[in-house]
Amino acid sequence: MKAGLILESWPLFAEGVWITVQLTVLALALGLCLAVPVAFVRLRRVRGLSALADGYVALFRGTPLLVQLYMVYFGLSQFEWLRDSWAWALLREAWWCALITFALNSGAYASEILRGALAATPAGELEAARALGLRPRQVDRLVLLPAALRRSLPQLGNEVVFMLHGSAVASVITLQDILGAGRALNARYYLAYEGLLTAAALYMLVTLVVVGVFRALERRYLRHLALAPVRVRSRLPAMR
Amino acid sequence: MLKTTLLSLALVTGLGAQAVAQSLNICVEGAYPPFSFTTESGSVAGFDIDIANALCDQLGYDCTLVKTGWDGIIPALLERKCDAIVASMAITPERKQVVDFSMKYYNTPARFVGREGMTMDDLKDAVVGVQRGTVHHDYMRGEHPRVDIKLYGSQDEAFLDLAAGRIDAVMGESIASATGFLDTDSGEGFAFFGPPISIPKYHGIGAGIAVRQGEEDLRNAFSHAIGELRANGTYQKINQKYFDFDIFGG
Repeated sequence: MKAGLILESWPLFAEGVWITVQLTVLALALGLCLAVPVAFVRLRRVRGLSALADGYVALFRGTPLLVQLYMVYFGLSQFEWLRDSWAWALLREAWWCALITFALNSGAYASEILRGALAATPAGELEAARALGLRPRQVDRLVLLPAALRRSLPQLGNEVVFMLHGSAVASVITLQDILGAGRALNARYYLAYEGLLTAAALYMLVTLVVVGVFRALERRYLRHLALAPVRVRSRLPAMR
Repeated sequence: MLKTTLLSLALVTGLGAQAVAQSLNICVEGAYPPFSFTTESGSVAGFDIDIANALCDQLGYDCTLVKTGWDGIIPALLERKCDAIVASMAITPERKQVVDFSMKYYNTPARFVGREGMTMDDLKDAVVGVQRGTVHHDYMRGEHPRVDIKLYGSQDEAFLDLAAGRIDAVMGESIASATGFLDTDSGEGFAFFGPPISIPKYHGIGAGIAVRQGEEDLRNAFSHAIGELRANGTYQKINQKYFDFDIFGG
């Protein structure tokens, strides 16, 4: 184990963590923005749009992320008309290819999570909202969606972790993310596992942070589901 | 007791000599035409492959070729997934710290590839692709530290991105660049620029066969066999199949 080499390469890994976190966070945010309309379209069976949404989800959940990334990065660049179009400004950059692929992938998974949560909303909640005089749009916006988002928190947390780990495929398209940094270290000094081990430790560290954040979010937004009673502060003076 | 030990030792050494003449796993890459490429049927072929097979025949080994990605090829050797690497690996001082090499089996210079009309002056604003963990990667880092480089897992991927226009140039071994890219359809409009480059500090002294450190017998056997292939004309026959000049180098 060559710990010295790992420590010496810390700027490489710091840069790697930054790229991984950046890609993951942006992809998840864009994915969620995409997931909300897709989930509603799939729930309500909107004519014309439904088939499109179904196809999108089937495509991105049905194929591996690595294959999707290869198709976007190496596949699309084979078409000359695309290289001559405005889209090439984005698609020529590995970073954008990764972000677009990850966002589309994450959007497909998140929309399924959300669709399930929307469909599982208790009828009574919606009835109560209508009884208050809310119009259908208002029911969706003020009651249905927030309630569904709350209920999907644990699963969305899972999706965040999956996306974080899935983003490791970015290293095959020249991006120096966490895994890319590990591979670069291995390649430079002909090491077998030091780079990978460091990468694994860093992924784990970021995962722990993500898990912590979602625990906090769940404590806040799913408080009504907590089993333990709310602790009451003792009136007795503290022992000294 | 001592006698039995000596006897078994003698037996083991005797058997050992025989065991050498049995099986050997050889790591090859398969994404570096014309030296090593994967055919449509999924098998590997190329100059490296032919040399590996000829060496095995010469030495009487029963060889199995193990296709391994470049990134993991030295680790694979060290972890005994294979016993030797025949993958156009340049003999460099850095690598010698981890593995031992036979004598070289060929030596060709490195060159830049870019759009026709590109010159060395354009390099400073260019994005240059190299294969990660190669002598070309070391050369770029050492001689052109200010130039923006992009790292690829294989040489083929670097050329895909050059053709797509994502990068402006590729630094690589000249023959692989010519056969693997410039002579193909996608290489149209591209050409070599700058002089052939061979700096021992980076590029080493030619491509050799890597074995684990301390495996002197195997290493010497390979070196010796390379000399014999040169002498009996087998090398030239293989050379002719791929190139119109002798790539063994001076």
